[in-house]
Amino acid sequence: MSTATDAVKHFTPRARAALDNPAVRGNFRKAMDGLMSKRQDAFADWDLEELRELGAAVRLRALSRLPELLEQLERNLQANGIQVHWAQTGEQACEIVRDICVARNARTVIKGKSMVSEEMELNAFLARSGIEALESDLGEYIIQLADEAPSHIIMPAIHKNTTEISELMHEKTGTERSSDVDYLTASARAQLREKFMQADVGVSGVNFAVAETGTLCLVENEGNGRLTTTVPGCHIAVTGIEKVVEHLADIAPLLALLTRSATGQHITTYVNMISGPRKTDEKDGPEEVHLVLVDAGRSAIYQDRELLDTLRCIRCGACMNHCPVYTRIGGHAYGTTYPGPIGKILMPHMLGLDNTGSLATASTLCGACAEVCPVKIPIPQLLQRLRSEAMDGDPQRPATVAGHGSKRRWLEMLLWRGWTVFNSRPWAYRLGTALITRCRRLMPSRLGAWTRYRSAPRPAAQSLQQQLRQRQCKES
Amino acid sequence: MSDVIKQYPAKPARVYFYATCLVDLFYPEVGLAGIQLLEREGIEVIFPQHQSCCGQPAYTSGLNGQARTVAASQLELFPENWPVVVPSGSCAGMLRKHYPRLFAGTGLAEQAEQLAGRTWELTDFLLHVCRIRLQDHGEPVKVAVHTSCSGRREMGIADTGPALLAQLDNVELVQQARPAECCGFGGTFAVRHPEISAAMVEDKARALDDCGADQFVSTDCGCLMNIDGFADKQKLATRGQHVVSFLWQRSKGGTA
Repeated sequence: MSTATDAVKHFTPRARAALDNPAVRGNFRKAMDGLMSKRQDAFADWDLEELRELGAAVRLRALSRLPELLEQLERNLQANGIQVHWAQTGEQACEIVRDICVARNARTVIKGKSMVSEEMELNAFLARSGIEALESDLGEYIIQLADEAPSHIIMPAIHKNTTEISELMHEKTGTERSSDVDYLTASARAQLREKFMQADVGVSGVNFAVAETGTLCLVENEGNGRLTTTVPGCHIAVTGIEKVVEHLADIAPLLALLTRSATGQHITTYVNMISGPRKTDEKDGPEEVHLVLVDAGRSAIYQDRELLDTLRCIRCGACMNHCPVYTRIGGHAYGTTYPGPIGKILMPHMLGLDNTGSLATASTLCGACAEVCPVKIPIPQLLQRLRSEAMDGDPQRPATVAGHGSKRRWLEMLLWRGWTVFNSRPWAYRLGTALITRCRRLMPSRLGAWTRYRSAPRPAAQSLQQQLRQRQCKES
Repeated sequence: MSDVIKQYPAKPARVYFYATCLVDLFYPEVGLAGIQLLEREGIEVIFPQHQSCCGQPAYTSGLNGQARTVAASQLELFPENWPVVVPSGSCAGMLRKHYPRLFAGTGLAEQAEQLAGRTWELTDFLLHVCRIRLQDHGEPVKVAVHTSCSGRREMGIADTGPALLAQLDNVELVQQARPAECCGFGGTFAVRHPEISAAMVEDKARALDDCGADQFVSTDCGCLMNIDGFADKQKLATRGQHVVSFLWQRSKGGTA
């Protein structure tokens, strides 16, 4: 994970670079504006609050029974002929995928979009074992050509405009330069189609895993997910352990929320319900289907009653689409697999608070994310919790998140101690405000970062309390 | 926003006024205007001595201990069961939404819950509890409203500022681009992430400057200090004022 942690430590310079890049800012602003309005239109005929309540309830119910549901899921998947594997870490999950590939003498893997596989850094791992993994989701295909990470969990290449994509495809695949999106898409499709036919193994993610029926639900728009999971002789699905739901009926509200929140679609072009490998009387489908259930820090989050709300997430990306910080700096500035608000509350668990730099503080706590979250994750509250974990100086308190207390700095704590005395002792406040108002003209006109962009605030000649005391004297 | 379910009380004889530290030190005219508006509604305004800060800067920085020390010193200022009225969505939100969480499991939990239940943002209180009727004595003016994020999402007051302005005959409400977007203040965020904050306040100040308003009003002094500070430094024409000062200025000299 060293590359991942190095990247996130450079959050501030990356954010600065993004802010200074008008193309990046323009691409994100335009895309996010479009996504926000599409989402709003898609929910126009719904009682959204009621639906969000339902979505949150479904996820909470599943999480409240997570251990037993996972066991039920395993039993029912196995009954359906799907082989189940458990991975404590991302690396273990990679090893499981590699071992399945090796057992089948597989040299090429075609991939549907999977954020968990990004989290595992699966492609690089397989490459080291001499196995080529090719992304088949158009956005993932583009960023794989560019050797970049996704900048958004739903639209991984959202940071690139058509011109940049055309140039990239020309350079890497010889596609003729064009501003015609349909032409570029058709060209990518033709190249990918061949790869689908040649691939030995298909790797996909999972949107929901249904415990009661042992079904894997996968939504997508390009048909690449269907091809990935049906054409190669072997399909390996990878997912986080939190994606399990109790009943098949639970899928309905979650799907209604997921696609509308993500892309403003009433339904995706493809909804795949995968219930096992090819049966003896069937003509197509993979001979083998595997599910790799990945923990990678999730069960640690699950131990904490408050933080476990993080695991409700259905990965729609609405929080980033509506985030004023994400919109300004884009996904790459975060340097984490999951960017935006969900990344800020999830990544500290995966990398540790000490390794996630200033991510948790990079929010105004404006609450736009929580307002649109389809499963009502209280993101600002969880950010506050993570900040308090990072600042906590009490060695007696059990550390629930790795890197507990790592952001505590003695100089800052000294300032806060002064602030606390000033605001909790009436004599100090009275003395302090008298000094500040009397010496207001001595206030520096430069106050660090604040006045780089703004005029310095000037204290009043008399504070409100001073004025009210005089008013009282006059009246009595 | 469905989380904001409010049961407005009947108009009381007395209220506590919690001014907030920014009003006390930087915008005392807002406090005076708020007190005078309430008094004009026939309400006796009690201003507890020893009030300072609600503790929010420490709380949002993750310093729960420091926030609790300051908040505890404020908790005891409101012993009677009267409404506590605050000219800030953000500080009202701290008392109403975050004190219960901050004091949960401590000896002050019940007191915090009790205070939270009677804390009101001032414009909300004027509109829905006092049922104020404002008479406009000012010249025609075009005004845009910036509601703070905590006002909008924690206190559910996105509509109260515009509703009060609508009572003023000579005030035309102008809509800015992306009205619900954060101004980039976020307390210590503006200092910890100055470049991101600057990008956000720039967009907000320019949206307000470009919308055709003569001025804007805000429900929070934090946003005001941020947006107006930027507008001042960049010499933008559209400047801001706290909504409460604006309402008092326009309507003083007569009541309907």
